[in-house]
Amino acid sequence: MERVPILKIGGLLLVSIQIDLQDQSVLALQEDLAEKISATGAHGVIIDISAVEIVDSFIGRMFATIAGISRLFDADTVVVGMRPAVAITLVELGLTLGGVRTALDLERGMKILGQLGRGRDS
Amino acid sequence: MTVDAGRAQNLTDLMRDSAEPLIDEWVGVVAALLRGRSTKTELEADFREFFAALLPVVGSDGKDIGGPEFTDLRAFLEEYSRSRVRAGFTPTETASSVFSLKRVVFDLTESSDDPQMFRQLMAFSGLLDALGLLTFESFARVREEIIREQSEQLLELTTPVVKVWEGVLAVPLVGTLDSARTQVVMEKLLEALVETGSEHAIIDITGVFAVDTQVAQHLLKTVVAARLMGAECIVSGIRPQIAQTIVALGIEFGDIVTKASLADALRHALRREGVDVVRSEIA
Repeated sequence: MERVPILKIGGLLLVSIQIDLQDQSVLALQEDLAEKISATGAHGVIIDISAVEIVDSFIGRMFATIAGISRLFDADTVVVGMRPAVAITLVELGLTLGGVRTALDLERGMKILGQLGRGRDS
Repeated sequence: MTVDAGRAQNLTDLMRDSAEPLIDEWVGVVAALLRGRSTKTELEADFREFFAALLPVVGSDGKDIGGPEFTDLRAFLEEYSRSRVRAGFTPTETASSVFSLKRVVFDLTESSDDPQMFRQLMAFSGLLDALGLLTFESFARVREEIIREQSEQLLELTTPVVKVWEGVLAVPLVGTLDSARTQVVMEKLLEALVETGSEHAIIDITGVFAVDTQVAQHLLKTVVAARLMGAECIVSGIRPQIAQTIVALGIEFGDIVTKASLADALRHALRREGVDVVRSEIA
């Protein structure tokens, strides 16, 4: 089973999904991420799915689950780089990812998290 | 359907022996029919090919026209009627040019009073009828192809995605919105969002005269999909009648921003982008 790497950039965690996700790797990613957030005390999680071409309802729910996990550690989640086909599929599946922030690309995603982080400190 | 040698002439042999005068005569008849819209040289080239493909199957009565021995003939006829359609000939004219061969061959065998020959002629007539119908079928198929191509082009033409500002796209929708079109709009818009890295899109429906629940559903899906990708959609230019319909149908636009005009929508998008538009003092 391939594991998805989790990179730490400052106070942010970057999860860049470059592989075809299996249900097992999704579960492993959720566990790894929970441990990593708790270990690093990160205030934001960015999930980059610009390389993901195929999604199913399980992966769709993963975003909401990860957002829920992060929220427990007081961290915000941003999903970036979703492809049009993936967006259409998720809408057709009826998954609107309530509670998950989205951004067009990594740069904008980091900007959003930066703004959120500032709001929290003050 | 074989004819005893010596007793009577075989129709195939007869046609092969007098191929040249037959084709000449045939071209003459059809050229008169088309009143000079097709030159004799063109017709002759086509008919020569047709004749060559026809000769091996003259003995057939046209009931098994789907069979493998007809492959060449079918391919030729399809190509022939295709070129005829594009050149603007009516299906009657195309079919008649096939049927004309009948008369020419009848003239050739007029003198024969052999019952065998008569039977062969009957079968041949049936074959030509089937071939004529085949040209008609090809005609209909080519027409449908043309219509399909055009409606696809129309889809492409009528849904432009334009960039109105750095980070702001606009899709002016004009005409009737059906599910197929909204689907195309949705895909084009989402792709344009990625390509241009725009965070705002304005869907202007000033030119749309009717919205039903399905169309509204598609619009909503587009907005939600754009939101999933990290972009915001603004719907503008809803006509008064359409606004009434939407409310009457009970369609909920939820937290989707709707504005009265494209200008309002643009102003809203610019404000969200952090752009301030001010009138200059120099007037």
